[in-house]
Amino acid sequence: MSQPTDVSRRAAVLGAAASGALLWAGDGARAQGPAQKPSELRVGITTFLSGPASVFGVPSRQAAELLVEQINRAGGIGGVPLRAFFVDEAPGADHLVGEYRRLVQNENVQVVFASISSGSCLACTPLSTELRKTTLLWDCGTQRVFEEGKHPYAFRTQGYGTPEILAPLLYLLKTKPDFRSIAVINQDYAWGRDSWELWKAGMDALKPGVRVVAEMFPRFGSTDFSTEITRLLALRPDVVLSTSWGGELVTLVRQAAERRLFERSTFVMPVAEASMQSLGRTMPAGHVIGARGDHWNNHPRPKDPAAMARFVDGYRQRFNEYPIYPCHHMAQAFSALQAAYAKAIQAKSGGWPNDGELADAFRGLTFDTPTSTITLREDGQGLEDQLVGLSSQGERFPFAVPRDMVIFPAAMVSTPVGQKSVDWLKSLKPDILAQMPAPIAG
Amino acid sequence: MSRRAEALLALLGVAALVFAAWAAPWLRFVLTVALAKGLAVLGILLLLRAGQVSFGHAMFLALGAYTVAFAAPGVPEALVLLPAAALLAGVAGLLIGLFVVRYRDIFFGMLNLALSMVFYSVLEKFYAVTKGTDGIRVPPLSVAGIEPARETQEWVMFGLALGLALFCAVGVRAYLASPMGQALAGIKTRETRLEFLGVPARRVMLFAYVLSAMMGGAGGALIAMTSRHVTPQLAYWTSSGELIFIGILGGAGSALGPFLGAIAFELVRVYAGAAVADAWQMILGGVLLAVILFAPGGLIGILSRQKRKQA
Repeated sequence: MSQPTDVSRRAAVLGAAASGALLWAGDGARAQGPAQKPSELRVGITTFLSGPASVFGVPSRQAAELLVEQINRAGGIGGVPLRAFFVDEAPGADHLVGEYRRLVQNENVQVVFASISSGSCLACTPLSTELRKTTLLWDCGTQRVFEEGKHPYAFRTQGYGTPEILAPLLYLLKTKPDFRSIAVINQDYAWGRDSWELWKAGMDALKPGVRVVAEMFPRFGSTDFSTEITRLLALRPDVVLSTSWGGELVTLVRQAAERRLFERSTFVMPVAEASMQSLGRTMPAGHVIGARGDHWNNHPRPKDPAAMARFVDGYRQRFNEYPIYPCHHMAQAFSALQAAYAKAIQAKSGGWPNDGELADAFRGLTFDTPTSTITLREDGQGLEDQLVGLSSQGERFPFAVPRDMVIFPAAMVSTPVGQKSVDWLKSLKPDILAQMPAPIAG
Repeated sequence: MSRRAEALLALLGVAALVFAAWAAPWLRFVLTVALAKGLAVLGILLLLRAGQVSFGHAMFLALGAYTVAFAAPGVPEALVLLPAAALLAGVAGLLIGLFVVRYRDIFFGMLNLALSMVFYSVLEKFYAVTKGTDGIRVPPLSVAGIEPARETQEWVMFGLALGLALFCAVGVRAYLASPMGQALAGIKTRETRLEFLGVPARRVMLFAYVLSAMMGGAGGALIAMTSRHVTPQLAYWTSSGELIFIGILGGAGSALGPFLGAIAFELVRVYAGAAVADAWQMILGGVLLAVILFAPGGLIGILSRQKRKQA
């Protein structure tokens, strides 16, 4: 092949690519129409599709695809079929805010489901106000979002850090009231630090004088916890708290179980649920485990057992594994979306709502989940019950699920509107334990 | 590439960018960030002239961004924050430079990498001050005392980035043509000869290093003011790698290369992410491989070869 043809071919390809890109870009110039019924309801979903947090992101994407199919088969929302646009959160917040703009301004999505990562949520929420686009914070847990500012277009369709930490703390105080020392081993990033701050504030208010023997924050993404385990074996704390998740939690539990740390200390693991299937029979019994909500597969009394079974079995059939909590959080977001559109369409007596009307419909909305109902408060925060119990191995599941379960009503463990979580936790009085519902054997 | 051809290319590029930003509002944001990254890569290009690759240049990018994040609540004025960030990065560049310009090649690269990772850890671990990996929100900023509406704000940031990019590109071109700039190439070919000529190589390197740090800081400030949220991720080694990637993609042959590379990089990433959300990394990697295999001079190399063919 002679050189000139080579160059011209390359030039042709480049030219084609460049003009293609511009055409594609030009596509976005279409003006956003007024509130007339669209041919499809576009939903932008940001989730982790790569990196360590994809253990949450990929199952939630699968759940979203399943739900979109189910909803469309049943006629869509208000007769309009759904279409999901997925965005990978892994490249970081500065890339994600660009992707958020693309979803809103180019793909013309009606709603955005934003983020597993708290950092992503903090970056996207102010954009929802700027671009006036209803945004459902479908999985992130930081309490900062609604405590540090008002966001009229953002709603969190699930619980958040404070109740997810306070519920296991109360459970521990009730079931093991005489513990005297504690150690913490959390991932070294915002959630690991935040959750410990929340726990410490609550613990010091409800049971002053507990000795903190070690605060360990191994590097995010660690694969070896032998130093930490050795230290814990030597220190013999009554309780070990770990809010770690994903592969790291699996590794920590495996390594700690091998060295019999679980026989010496009671573990409290508020985010354990998503790792139980990977751990299988390795997970020791008798430790406090949580699920960032009330959606354990063995929920003792789901509000709608048929819906719960439909969701769990549908997911299992398709993907050959049990749904984990991010799948349920995705289902909650879709359920909220359906309920809000129904409410908004009814308020307009059949008309299609615009962005402002849609956001109004979310405020104070109550929607069903397979296990319960969730109400969105006036600040946008959802009230999701918390289900905590002691790990146990049984016949029904090939992995650990809780027994002696307590369903904490969301209002009891959530910071009241307008208060900061840490301040509120510091003001707690031990009589809150008396309000705790009785455990259910399960 | 001849001077006229380069000026023409720059003009064409500016026109294309403004058109794209006007035609697709959401691209305005992507292009602003691309120009900001291009600015930081332009700084790396200076060091590349001396044959040195800094694997930790995102440190200055993050420093600029965090300067904006910390100072913005007190001084919400873009025209003050931008020079302040560049200046602070310049000072940091001088202090770090005094130390790292004594080293060459892999040692230079690795020392930069190490320092940037130290900075990353500081941002991540000093949780009470920096809010850790969740990052800091940058409040809305005013420009020359006026706080514009969102649409105008986007145009202003885009214009600011474009203006700064042009200014720096012209400046770098002039600098590289000057004796100081020529001495950089001397470091690459044979440093000892430079010393024999009576030119202190370290000082030449230090000057380039400080300049590149300032451009990194300005780029970081622009990113912070555009995305309005900064996280320690900006200082992580992957972002340094990204800057090098852009440098290779664009080509080191011209001051326009970094911007061409940055725009191509961001567009490929955005469109790859939109088309295949879970395999965009593969497409990005494929593009880099293709550039290395078929166009070692980068995008700018393809263009200038084209130009020569026609001439």
